[in-house]
Amino acid sequence: MQVTNLTNQQIDSSTILDRVKGRRSAILGAITSNPKIAAGVGVVAFFVLIALAAPLLTPYDPNASVVTGSLPPSSAHILGTTGLGQDMFAQIVYGARISLLVGFSAAIGSTVLQILFGLSSAYFGGIVDDVLSLIINVFLVLPGLPLTIVLASLASTNAANKNEFVIALVLLFTSWSYGARVLRAQTLSLKEREFVTAARASGESSLRIIFAEILPNEVALVASTFIGTFVYAIGAEVALEFLGLGDTSRASWGVILYWAQNNGALIVGKWWQFVPAGLCVAVLCAGLTFINFGIDQLANPRLRAERPQRRRLLSEKKKIVLSTGPTKGAL
Amino acid sequence: MRFLLRRAGFYLVALWAAVTFNFIIPRLMPGDPAEAYIARLQTQQVTRAQIDAIRAEFGVNPNVPVWKQYFAYLNGLLHGNLGISTSQFPSQVINILRESLPWTIGLVGAALILSFFIGTLVGMLIAWKRGSWYDTAVPPILTFFSAVPYFWMALGLVYLFGVNLNWFPTDSGYDVFSVTPGWSIDFISSVVQHAILPVTTLVIGSLAGWVLTMRNMMITTLSEDYVLMAQAKGLPERRVMFNYAARNAILPSITSFSISLGLIVSGSLLTEIVFNYPGIGFALYKGVQGNDYALVEGCFLVIALAVLIANFLSELIYAFLDPRVRQGRN
Repeated sequence: MQVTNLTNQQIDSSTILDRVKGRRSAILGAITSNPKIAAGVGVVAFFVLIALAAPLLTPYDPNASVVTGSLPPSSAHILGTTGLGQDMFAQIVYGARISLLVGFSAAIGSTVLQILFGLSSAYFGGIVDDVLSLIINVFLVLPGLPLTIVLASLASTNAANKNEFVIALVLLFTSWSYGARVLRAQTLSLKEREFVTAARASGESSLRIIFAEILPNEVALVASTFIGTFVYAIGAEVALEFLGLGDTSRASWGVILYWAQNNGALIVGKWWQFVPAGLCVAVLCAGLTFINFGIDQLANPRLRAERPQRRRLLSEKKKIVLSTGPTKGAL
Repeated sequence: MRFLLRRAGFYLVALWAAVTFNFIIPRLMPGDPAEAYIARLQTQQVTRAQIDAIRAEFGVNPNVPVWKQYFAYLNGLLHGNLGISTSQFPSQVINILRESLPWTIGLVGAALILSFFIGTLVGMLIAWKRGSWYDTAVPPILTFFSAVPYFWMALGLVYLFGVNLNWFPTDSGYDVFSVTPGWSIDFISSVVQHAILPVTTLVIGSLAGWVLTMRNMMITTLSEDYVLMAQAKGLPERRVMFNYAARNAILPSITSFSISLGLIVSGSLLTEIVFNYPGIGFALYKGVQGNDYALVEGCFLVIALAVLIANFLSELIYAFLDPRVRQGRN
């Protein structure tokens, strides 16, 4: 895992190709060998597929009224219809597009911020670190969702601003601090390693050391904070839309719940208006969290060796030492 | 002592940042809060003088330089002046918040204490019986529950226990029709009854964090030599579990308090909306619905202030429990 780039000059293109292939199969191996990661990736892939294949899965337009009133599930409308007579299944599969896209783009942007703040804060140290970690900690301690709601509600003063793009921006702005702190802590310990000292001694620029030497060694951590941010972003996005801060004319998971609440679907027992959307959010977020647990297990072998407590008294230490070997390579 | 001063300084900076956000953000947005309010009055005839008066009331007079507005704003805050609510005109925002804050603190406090105790205990037990069927089953189930959006869980509980089974009331903080607020048995039991479902929502949603942190830390401490030593000495299992392993594993749970608090406060905001619970979250919701920026910002400030104070208290407890932190060696 700790590969320094010092020897890069001697490697010809075929070995690089081999190494890329090896890395790809290693990633594939990590996905399939760990049941938690496999289950999580399966769930996420399922939702991405239904979002992409939405037009193939349903003949209905998610925003068009196809019947009058809210009908319970039937063979024609397998999840029933909304109060406006829109097909619920179509709303769910098309809504998956919006919800996934908003969550994903917010998480990507947020991860970039996390890397910039976390790595530069730890690498430069001194006054830069003091200022940046103060900013990180302030954002960390301010309650996230209330800040998000304030920002989104102020942004939506103007009806033209009431869209998914603004929501993604707001989420990006409020979600980066936790990951930045985690990455900062990891970078603090990495920058003391020999390969960083070597890179510095050979005169590499700070930018190159941060992004080409340190960052590749934190890929597992970046992946796990990315997934954590993704989970947060999807949950917060659904919450904002549930509060009516999104574009309520286009179906997404949060908007479905907004209309279910506003139409009093609950009181009259129309469960099909709010159960499917919430279930989708829950299953997707649980799937993502599972991937994170899997990554955690691979990176922290102590959590991995699962044997009953009674039988692992004296043999424990030895086995842990034995089991650290292959995992580092697998990541 | 130096540690305390440093932390207090940090929380003051954080508070200042929250206040400044509150000041800057509305001014960065297109239009201003006064304009939004004036737009709502357009149906009546508004004179130039009235518009100026409204702008002055909101502190966004374009003729006054921004830094003066900023100091006027800070001064107003120090005197408890958070502006006038436009959606519940002419109530002062501060009065609305004063009425709603106790409800939220009660809800969040009860949920936090319950989920901390239940979660830590469950985490400890499943780590102790590692590899048993419930150690395999509990974490994934809890993960699923923590992934459920709070408000959706609340909707589900309302549907099941409120509408279908009719066991618990699902609306408001107490029975507004038959009890009057006060220190009477009737009122308190009504409050408790109304709090059961919201608190259950929050506890279920936040349990996973405590359980998993505790489980993972417990597993780490269980492989320490002193636990092995305690077992080798033949101490009773319960004593090893509580006094040796759990006692050392619990510290990180206390450090993760601030994150859990943030989550549970966010959860409470959404839960209150579903239950029409008269707390800060519901006030915030009404503010959002009515484009009432003074109220929305006031809610944010109060939540931020409460969270900062709670975090500071948790750090005090942590410093009390762990001498390394006190001496700044960690």
